[in-house]
Amino acid sequence: MHQLEDEPHGDDTAGNGLLSRRHWLQLGAGTAAAAVMTPLLAQESIDQEPWRSGSGAPPSVYGDRPSMASLQREQISVHPMGRQAGASSTPLQLLNGTITPNGLHFERHHSGIPEIDPVSHKLTVHGLVARPLTFDYDALLRYPMQSRVLFLECSGNSYRNTLAGALDETAGALHGLISSAEWTGVPLHFLLDEAGVDASAQWVIAEGADAAGMNRSVPLSLALNDAMIALYQNGEPLRRSQGFPMRLLVPGCEGNLSVKWLRSLKLLDQPAQTREETSKYTDLKLDGKAAQFSLRMQAKSVITSPSGKMRLGRQGVYEISGLAWSGNGSIRRVEVSADGGRSWAEAMLQSEPGPMRAVRFRIPWRWQGQPAVLQSRAVDSAGNVQPTRASALANVAPGFSYHFNGIQSWQVNANGSVRNVYA
Amino acid sequence: MRSLVLCLLSLASLAEAQMGHDLRPALGIDAPEGYESVAASDGSGLPPGTGTAETGRMIYLTQCAACHGADGKLRGNALVGGAGTLTTSSALKTVGSYWPYATTLFDYVKRAMPYGNEKTLSDPDVYAVTAYVLHLNGLLALDAELSAQTLVEVEMPNRDGFVQSPLR
Repeated sequence: MHQLEDEPHGDDTAGNGLLSRRHWLQLGAGTAAAAVMTPLLAQESIDQEPWRSGSGAPPSVYGDRPSMASLQREQISVHPMGRQAGASSTPLQLLNGTITPNGLHFERHHSGIPEIDPVSHKLTVHGLVARPLTFDYDALLRYPMQSRVLFLECSGNSYRNTLAGALDETAGALHGLISSAEWTGVPLHFLLDEAGVDASAQWVIAEGADAAGMNRSVPLSLALNDAMIALYQNGEPLRRSQGFPMRLLVPGCEGNLSVKWLRSLKLLDQPAQTREETSKYTDLKLDGKAAQFSLRMQAKSVITSPSGKMRLGRQGVYEISGLAWSGNGSIRRVEVSADGGRSWAEAMLQSEPGPMRAVRFRIPWRWQGQPAVLQSRAVDSAGNVQPTRASALANVAPGFSYHFNGIQSWQVNANGSVRNVYA
Repeated sequence: MRSLVLCLLSLASLAEAQMGHDLRPALGIDAPEGYESVAASDGSGLPPGTGTAETGRMIYLTQCAACHGADGKLRGNALVGGAGTLTTSSALKTVGSYWPYATTLFDYVKRAMPYGNEKTLSDPDVYAVTAYVLHLNGLLALDAELSAQTLVEVEMPNRDGFVQSPLR
């Protein structure tokens, strides 16, 4: 947590200590001055730190130890047979900016991570096409590529906050099945064009080469307009956990649609009605009917600092910061409340908003030991406003909420401890 | 329809403009004859072969029952039961209570089961196990023969339980 040393002057813009963006600019000047006066630097002459003498470690072949031992994903088991069918979540509370390091991108596998030989792996396009075609990895590497910074969110992200009691967990443990990366690959329509899509085709059934053979039906419009075969993530060839040698990527849609270890694409005039789009990833409503193919992830945000299980230190000005994203387009604005939603102030969007891209928002907040409930609310370019938890769950059968995007509430207690609450 | 196609074309060319060029090497080779990847709800992609619940019973008890229970009702992995619960506060989603298509059961067992030993059942065995799970749900007689033709005719109780969200 980043604590700003300087105290701003002037009126608050919303209740319970939220400060305006004008203050933000003033604080920017104050921060630089404060940094020079940190007490740690004053001790320098007394004890010399051991790392300031003697050579350090040599360069490494790949990677390095994380700078903090706590920089780890949290593993979530979702299958009684073991962890192969499970998930691990990005530690949102330990990261800043918008890009997720590849080693911390969330994972969700249905039967473990396969060891695929890229030389023998094939991708086959068939069904309602003029000429069924097979491509190998080397062939795909020769196609024109595009790079796009995109968020990817699991349909079941934030599920734990749909449960009856609020769990005392971190932001990552509650909401970490969202990550962002720069994905590079071949636009899917290049391959579909080459095979010659029949006029009657409406859906593309994507299948993975993992033990689960994960398969999903993707609307042809999405496949032609926006989807890509991703080959690189943040500059390096895909990791095995992210679909090496190739994965589908359908921007803005539930992560399950972006089939990893992609091995076939079958064009049909209707969805295949696979297990993952019927038995799973459908939203059962109170009337017993279930919404199917709710593909686009909706406007959502979460404050990552201060957040669950953190503890505020000295009183003064803190920066409230978090992530916002929407599968309907880009983020238009994010509002923050420090009084449980009674009053709101607009946060600064620090990174440039873009389609299907997560943005980082920030706003200064003065904490003087008062209890507070911190919330954030995203508004996307289509005008969708992130709903309250109660509103998001109003028509959902208990325990069956995929696509949950209700507002997160963090309670700050007088002793500085921060806890997940339902407010 | 024509305007939709034009709209799609313009979007595609917009994406290519961002890419800089559109010089595609056309490296696809002919797919293997008869290549198949999915058994869909219209029956397309279902392989030849037949199986009865009677023959599926033994396969089920040796390969499936450990995780799903001999009666298919093992908590957490239930395949059977839950009828009438979808409107209650403790809905139980099973093949019988929730799944809208019987073809889905075949497709899923063929690709993803038995868990940890996937794709080891023959097509007739998959028909047989599918038949037995449907039988446990009271949807198929023990001696009924399941095939590509008869599988699509199985009437699932929750067939009309789904509302397709608008695609945007």
